[in-house]
Amino acid sequence: MSAEAHTSTEYIKHHLQNLTYGQLPAGYERADGEVLQASTWTLAHSVQEAKDMGFWAINLDTMGFSIMLGALFLFLFGRAARAAASETSAGVPGGWRNFVEWVVEFIDSSVRGSFTARNPLVAPLALTIFIWVFLMNLMDLVPIDWIPGLAGLLGLPYFKIVPTTDPNATFGMSLVVFALVLYYSVKMKGVGGFVGELTLQPFGKWGMPANLLLEGVNLIAKPVSLALRLFGNMYAGEMIFILIAIMFSGGAVLALTGGVLQWAWAVFHILIITLQAFIFMTLTIVYLDMAHQEHH
Amino acid sequence: MNINMTLIGQSITFAIFVWFCMKFVWPPIVNALEARKKQIADGLAAADRGKHELELAARRASETLHDAKLKASDIIAQAEKRAAQIVDEAKNAAKDEGDRMITAARAEIEQESHRAREALRAEVATLVVAGAGKVLRREVDAKAHADLLEAIKAEL
Repeated sequence: MSAEAHTSTEYIKHHLQNLTYGQLPAGYERADGEVLQASTWTLAHSVQEAKDMGFWAINLDTMGFSIMLGALFLFLFGRAARAAASETSAGVPGGWRNFVEWVVEFIDSSVRGSFTARNPLVAPLALTIFIWVFLMNLMDLVPIDWIPGLAGLLGLPYFKIVPTTDPNATFGMSLVVFALVLYYSVKMKGVGGFVGELTLQPFGKWGMPANLLLEGVNLIAKPVSLALRLFGNMYAGEMIFILIAIMFSGGAVLALTGGVLQWAWAVFHILIITLQAFIFMTLTIVYLDMAHQEHH
Repeated sequence: MNINMTLIGQSITFAIFVWFCMKFVWPPIVNALEARKKQIADGLAAADRGKHELELAARRASETLHDAKLKASDIIAQAEKRAAQIVDEAKNAAKDEGDRMITAARAEIEQESHRAREALRAEVATLVVAGAGKVLRREVDAKAHADLLEAIKAEL
């Protein structure tokens, strides 16, 4: 029994490890027992190796899939945009352009609904977030062993195809949003106004330390919650898919149950991935709106 | 699960995607949507204007028709009047002409009868003289009785 438990753990761990490329120091003992003579740039072959690579390593699968999906989004929407730009006055949009226009109008109305200032950046930002996050989340619906299995045939030890289950991806986005929040806060209110906003309320100038603590937490919580919400949801969803997938190796009855469960969870997950993409987008709009607004 | 350089890579990727979207994807689509919205609004306005103009044209047409009817009945009335006048004039002219012809005919008849009478008078005188001559072959000298014969001729 212990052997099976071990393989289950291995299986889960295997599915939760990114394909990491980084540098291992000289004298490092690798997972297969080999001791490195000099420091080497290589793929991590175990969870421990990935951890030991430290900060200066890169998750190739996260980067690769997110860039591929982002490029796909920009290509498909860019094609519709080109068609729209070259439109003669009597142009009748086709199916794909209709869909793109529908999405754009949806984003546009969302932005108009919650963003009161004028800023040409916010709507494209929201569109990019929504579609990109949605596409990255959508990868969660691909049966979890397909792509890693293919990658294994190619000799890659790990492969995670859902970039949003990698906190690097979600924090990467939320840090950009945070930078924009800081930039526009300072731009709209000035350094003094922004510092004042952080220090002079809610308790007035005599409660400055308490104000700074409260507002500071409030400010820092924005990117952290933004990234962790998306990451947590997708990570948990992925975990459930992995647990269901383990059932496939437990005999016919369990496998059948697993199949039904996987289908049901995938259907439910369609809702979650869309919702999470929408929440990320809406919160970004709201945070930027707050950055643009003077406090009273 | 480790935070590593991917974080920075993802941030840069995200920023580039947003920039690209803002530069090349969003504006053309939104512009096209705006343009179409405007086109539709223009179309609807034009349709409204067209409807209004149609109404105006219909009103104008019925006014014109009404005017034309009035004018036509005027013209007909005038024409009738004129026709009556022409008929009257023609009647008068015909009557005048008839009168004139009658007068002329009468005058001619008068003349003819006068001429015939003259001719007869001359003839009778000749006949009478011839008859009387035959009767009075000897006794009557035409020259001696010329004044008498003249008197008879005048009496005829």
